Amino acid sequence: MSAREQHTKGSGLKWVGRAIRRLEDPALVTGQGRFTADLPAAHWVRFLRSPSAAGKIESVKAPQGATMITATDLKGVKPILPMLHKFSYRPVPQQILADGEVRFVGEAVAAVVAASEEEAEDIADAVELVIGDATPVVDARAAVASGAPQIHAEAPGNVILEGRIKTDGFDGVWAGAHKIVKVDARSRRQNATPMEARAAHAAYDAATGRVTLTCTTQMPHLMRTAIADVLGMPESDLRVIAPDVGGGFGQKMSLCAEYVVLVWLARKLKSSVAWTEDRRENLIASFHSRDQTIALEGAFDKDARLLALKADVLSNIGAYSCFPTTSGVEPLMAMAEMPGPYDFRQYECRARGAITNTCTMAAYRGVSRPVITFALERLMDKAARAFGLEPVDIRRKNLIGTFPYVSAAGLKFDEASYKQTLEMAVEHAALPAFRKRQAEARKQGRYLGIGFATFSERTGYGSPAFTARGMAITPGWETVHVSVDPSGFIEARIGSSPHGQGLRTTLAQIIADELGVEPHKIKVIHGDTDTAPYGWGTFASRSLVISGGATLIAARKVRAKLIKIASTMLEAAADDIVLEDGQAKVAGTDRTVSIAKMAREAYTQTHRFKGEIEPGLSESGTYDPPGTFSNACHVAIVEVDVETGRTRIEKFLVAEDAGRIINPMIADGQVHGGIAQGIGNALLEEIVYDDSGNPLTATLAEYMPPTAREVPEIELHHIETPSTESITKAKGLGEGGCIGAPAAIVNAINDALSPFDIVIDEMPATPQRVRAALRKAGAA
Amino acid sequence: MKPAPFIRHVPKTLDEAVKILAQVAPQDGRVLAGGQSLVPIMAFRLAKPAHLVDINEIDGLDRIASDGTTLSIGACVRHGAFHKSVVGNPLGALLTFVARHIAHYPIRMRGTFCGSLAHADPSSEWCLTAATLDATIVARSTRGERPIPAREFFAGIMSTALAEDELLAEVRLPLLSPDTKFGFNEFSRRAGDFAMSAALVTYRLQGGKIAEARVGVGGAEPFPRRIAQAEAALNGQPPGDKAFRAAAEAAANAVEAMEDHQTSAEYRRDLVRAVVRRALEHSNR
Repeated sequence: MSAREQHTKGSGLKWVGRAIRRLEDPALVTGQGRFTADLPAAHWVRFLRSPSAAGKIESVKAPQGATMITATDLKGVKPILPMLHKFSYRPVPQQILADGEVRFVGEAVAAVVAASEEEAEDIADAVELVIGDATPVVDARAAVASGAPQIHAEAPGNVILEGRIKTDGFDGVWAGAHKIVKVDARSRRQNATPMEARAAHAAYDAATGRVTLTCTTQMPHLMRTAIADVLGMPESDLRVIAPDVGGGFGQKMSLCAEYVVLVWLARKLKSSVAWTEDRRENLIASFHSRDQTIALEGAFDKDARLLALKADVLSNIGAYSCFPTTSGVEPLMAMAEMPGPYDFRQYECRARGAITNTCTMAAYRGVSRPVITFALERLMDKAARAFGLEPVDIRRKNLIGTFPYVSAAGLKFDEASYKQTLEMAVEHAALPAFRKRQAEARKQGRYLGIGFATFSERTGYGSPAFTARGMAITPGWETVHVSVDPSGFIEARIGSSPHGQGLRTTLAQIIADELGVEPHKIKVIHGDTDTAPYGWGTFASRSLVISGGATLIAARKVRAKLIKIASTMLEAAADDIVLEDGQAKVAGTDRTVSIAKMAREAYTQTHRFKGEIEPGLSESGTYDPPGTFSNACHVAIVEVDVETGRTRIEKFLVAEDAGRIINPMIADGQVHGGIAQGIGNALLEEIVYDDSGNPLTATLAEYMPPTAREVPEIELHHIETPSTESITKAKGLGEGGCIGAPAAIVNAINDALSPFDIVIDEMPATPQRVRAALRKAGAA
Repeated sequence: MKPAPFIRHVPKTLDEAVKILAQVAPQDGRVLAGGQSLVPIMAFRLAKPAHLVDINEIDGLDRIASDGTTLSIGACVRHGAFHKSVVGNPLGALLTFVARHIAHYPIRMRGTFCGSLAHADPSSEWCLTAATLDATIVARSTRGERPIPAREFFAGIMSTALAEDELLAEVRLPLLSPDTKFGFNEFSRRAGDFAMSAALVTYRLQGGKIAEARVGVGGAEPFPRRIAQAEAALNGQPPGDKAFRAAAEAAANAVEAMEDHQTSAEYRRDLVRAVVRRALEHSNR
């Protein structure tokens, strides 16, 4: 029996902790899923996109008889204007369709409407678009250099925000340090590449004047609020539905201008209108991420203890700011979480966002943490080398070990297992045996390496965390309604909007334990602003913690009410009632009453409970926690082919702690998926622009997510440290996989190539880059 | 990502097909076989042919035949046909080994050998095979049949000696002498991706020395070709690390490697060196 099973057994819970099959899957695996693009529409839209990265729009001419709208048609529609009230943030407006000027290749200039997708594309092909010459700025450093062309008048110097932190006493500690170690880390740009690209369908209802927008989104309620604001329409006239959503990874949590156009068109045409993004559009014009450089320095004492950290973060945020997070999402995440899982007191950071003539940056699974973890873990490995230590030994000296812990950046860490997961990983990786094998292989001209990454993963954070960023929109809390209908059927309506996370299953497991029923008898309803309570959707490893907490609160209220009803119906003391097997029982007797019977009475025999119990059987729970930190140690064992520069991952191992695990199978799946994306980040995926701002990676032949062949078997080990900051004791774990994997893999590459004395601090560590580094070192 | 409008013609015989092609070729008519390259290009609207001559319903084009000296591969033979050896000759094993490296399984079950040659992607494994083994490419048109030697067939990136009204009806590969050794290696970023460099080698051993060496390199230049300098470095030498490294070096020096934004010519020469040496090592199993 594994540690986890024992723990769950000790918890007294029957369903929480069990790897039951996902309730979502039967429909999805039998082709019964329903996605946005499955809906029929009277009209289809094709967006005409800018072929230039910068310039004035001189003319847009549609062929005779075509239906096309441009910015001119959208007078009165407000721009998208994300807002931060801190960090010298400069609000830059994004017009729904480019108005007078384009700022990146792929920006929507016009929308063509036709009876079919094919016809719309034919017409768009025939539109004559003339854009004047201008000099684009593609690179973040070039954008913030003096004399760079101004991309938005509102943001002088192309800096959209600048955050700074410096702890008291930093300079003294820095000056007295024994050794300073430096890393210039760079992550190239990525696209989250959800299997389903963006899609929207807007239908006008003549009877009510309402529009129903069905779209692939992670946050239907916020889409409704945002689109109603921009169009100046009452929210009540807009219903937003997120049906089955084929992956989001953050790309679908920002407002896209295209969806606003669809709602506008449905109202204008009083009809239904649809748009399905193609892969090329998704790669060049949806949202990008991870285009960051971090100059990181660490000050160590003579015992290799980290004393202080100094970071300069420059994030290429693209042409516009994203709503609701703003383009602060990456640089500010970097600033807040750079100290990672290490115990030191002094910290200085500058974090800037640079505007460039490239696709807008938004959240992508992990948000900045894959890059800051990469920078920090490279720093620890370099320091280990400088001190002549094993990489694991420098981590042993520096990881946080007492809780609660307040980081140098001011974040409060709840109890976790940084040191324990490291030791667990070292043991399973059989480090001494590996070092022996590595030495043998080198004699034969084969280069094996091992890389470790230890990190913290802040999850399940409520509104205080977003307030700290100064966001005009502060997401965080969640509400859940749990109800039992008169037939005894149980449903939970949630404001989260799962799209692959398995929440219909895990929330049902939580309710099942409270009400003594089986999970498959519980229905979780989400993704429709007409039927689900207002909520913030699913992102930031939040849903199981926050929506799960709200579910537990609501389910406990329903449980309390059921016990009261049972106590009346069975004429027994409330303390003697137990709920199990779909019934209330009087402990130690054979007296029972079914939930169905109690529910029926709760609605139809309310006189029996007059003055004691409110009619009906429906309760609400709201939860807004401070946040809880998961942690893990990732280990990659790789072989680098020095002739071609290619890296093969031989083994990938994870020791993970995400508090109480609700469903181990779903938890493992989250880690696996994240690691696959982390492998892409480390080795393969890169959005490339040429100097004129033309994207060179516009198909999946050039932009390369890993396939099943590039993802090795992944070995997972768990520790469960129940969270004190989460009422279900669960921590989030949606992002850890992609946070730790890149650092572990690139550290392993550096370890493999250590005989050549070269350093790879850039990702993806493509074969080209690895070979170039080897050649530069005169090594091969 | 929808193709521009086109008219699809579905001839039942080769004669009918070339007749239609002669008519529609001047209006950018194209032949459709497996469609694994043409259809994506049309979806991106990089090609907008007004007419497609779909040859999939013509009887007999999926034929593979051997007359004892030559293997003939019809215009609709799929890559997947080579998953098992098609002829009791080292050529059969060679084709099976190479076929495994082409894209992914669903693509191999639809894409065709001849279509791959007509498309002439620099990375194509079959183009490399045809160039290395000096295949004969048979073009058909209303004007008759025209055999084209492989070394005259490839003209540049996705460019061939086919006239616009010619249909690539068949490819003929010479059978190999029974003692032929072969080796193949390719480098791509992910399994199934286009090869950034690939090498195919064949030779015989006479008195323990390499003879009749053929070294073909693909993916590095606009089209695959035999590298005479590498072959010269092998002929007359015993197979082994020394000769293989010399041939690999000669090949790397001989190619005029293509460059792009991410891949320098220098790096591609590194890959040529690696794939030629590894193909030779593979041959010496």
